Amino acid sequence: MSARVVDARNLLCPLPVIRTQDAVAECRPGDELQVLCTDPGVVHDIPAWCRVHGHVISEIRHEDRDIVISLCVGDTEGET
Amino acid sequence: MPGPRKAVALISGGLDSLLAARVVMEQGVHVEGINFFTGFCVEGHTHAIRKQDSKRPKRNNALWSAEQLGIKLHIIDIIDEYKDVVINPKHGYGANLNPCLDCKIFMVNKARQWMIEHGFDFIITGEVVGQRPMSQRKDTMPVVARDSGAEDRLVRPLCAKNLPPTLPEQEGWLDRDLLHGFNGRSRKPQIALAAHYGFEDFAQPAGGCCFLTDRQYSVKLEDLWKTRGSREYELDDIMLLKVGRHLRPRPHFKMIVGREEGENRFLEGYRKRFVHLLPTSHVGPLVLLDGEVGAEDIELAARLTARFSKGRDAQRVTVQINEREGAMRSMDVVPMPVDDIPQDWYL
Ligand code: SF4
Repeated sequence: MSARVVDARNLLCPLPVIRTQDAVAECRPGDELQVLCTDPGVVHDIPAWCRVHGHVISEIRHEDRDIVISLCVGDTEGET
Repeated sequence: MPGPRKAVALISGGLDSLLAARVVMEQGVHVEGINFFTGFCVEGHTHAIRKQDSKRPKRNNALWSAEQLGIKLHIIDIIDEYKDVVINPKHGYGANLNPCLDCKIFMVNKARQWMIEHGFDFIITGEVVGQRPMSQRKDTMPVVARDSGAEDRLVRPLCAKNLPPTLPEQEGWLDRDLLHGFNGRSRKPQIALAAHYGFEDFAQPAGGCCFLTDRQYSVKLEDLWKTRGSREYELDDIMLLKVGRHLRPRPHFKMIVGREEGENRFLEGYRKRFVHLLPTSHVGPLVLLDGEVGAEDIELAARLTARFSKGRDAQRVTVQINEREGAMRSMDVVPMPVDDIPQDWYL
């Protein structure tokens, strides 16, 4: 199954985090998500957001000017 | 058996909200954080834009607080709804364009809605009586509780002992004796409490949590409203006010001059929407022209652009002029002498 893609390019933090958060809310545990970004701040903020919510970053890749963050949605049971 | 009581804490990224949440967690309450993004926040992206800030941690302080506390943090985009707070604050502005009291009421009300939707019991803020001249006075604290609709479900753990008991205290969900009675502008009790909990390296924003408390920023926003003849704004407008040097050489146009590489890169993202200038014979800033410009305006802007380039002392500087639709031409200009730039052009 291909990962769902969130396009957060040209958005500045915390908007890419908010877009990630909104997309995760639609996911189920174990789902893969790929977030495309351009703001370098995301390499700190998205992993920090994932840590507090129990999601796992599987890869952070730089592709030209884009930053591609892949994550696996954690067990969101009781997620508010 | 019912689970623990649940509280939603407004987490700004500053020390007070971090401590307030911690004090309540200590009493066995399940706490989750909420953070509002208004577009004016000083967080994250502004550090990311400016390269010279690279020594500072590029962290988002609200997320950092949540990590310290081990709680979830929900970041909520309130950009559109917040406009009315900035444009029409019922209680007026503070020293600059900061509508702190209306802002607090608005945010606590949003937190109250979140609390209801998610089955939480009460709201926590890091407010301290007497800490800020507008929103945290003894007489305005009840206004926030009342006008937000939170009423007695709003707990300020750092100064609770100076306020009437709230519902969680009355119901025994919180032991009032374990809450605090901080008061006034001194930061010493907060610093001591932070040391008690072992919090280090916390953020201590000086003026407040957003750009609206900044004088220069407020001048630029006021200028934007005045020249547009309307107080409406879009996110891009208020983002651009955070970046670069802003000059208004003529009433009908403004220049946004990148001050360093990070800002130039950020401004590049707006190239297609503005006539923009770039020195090519010398290293220099990317400059956006905001407004409808004629030939004379462009020449003036080119001379100013040259002035802000490394060729400021050269006889002539070549400046590339890029139209919105993509047409491009070059112009050789004499850099404007610094003394010829009136101070009141700077916003
Ligand atoms: S400083 Fe800004 S974010 Fe903080 S209360 Fe005032 S207006 Fe609101």
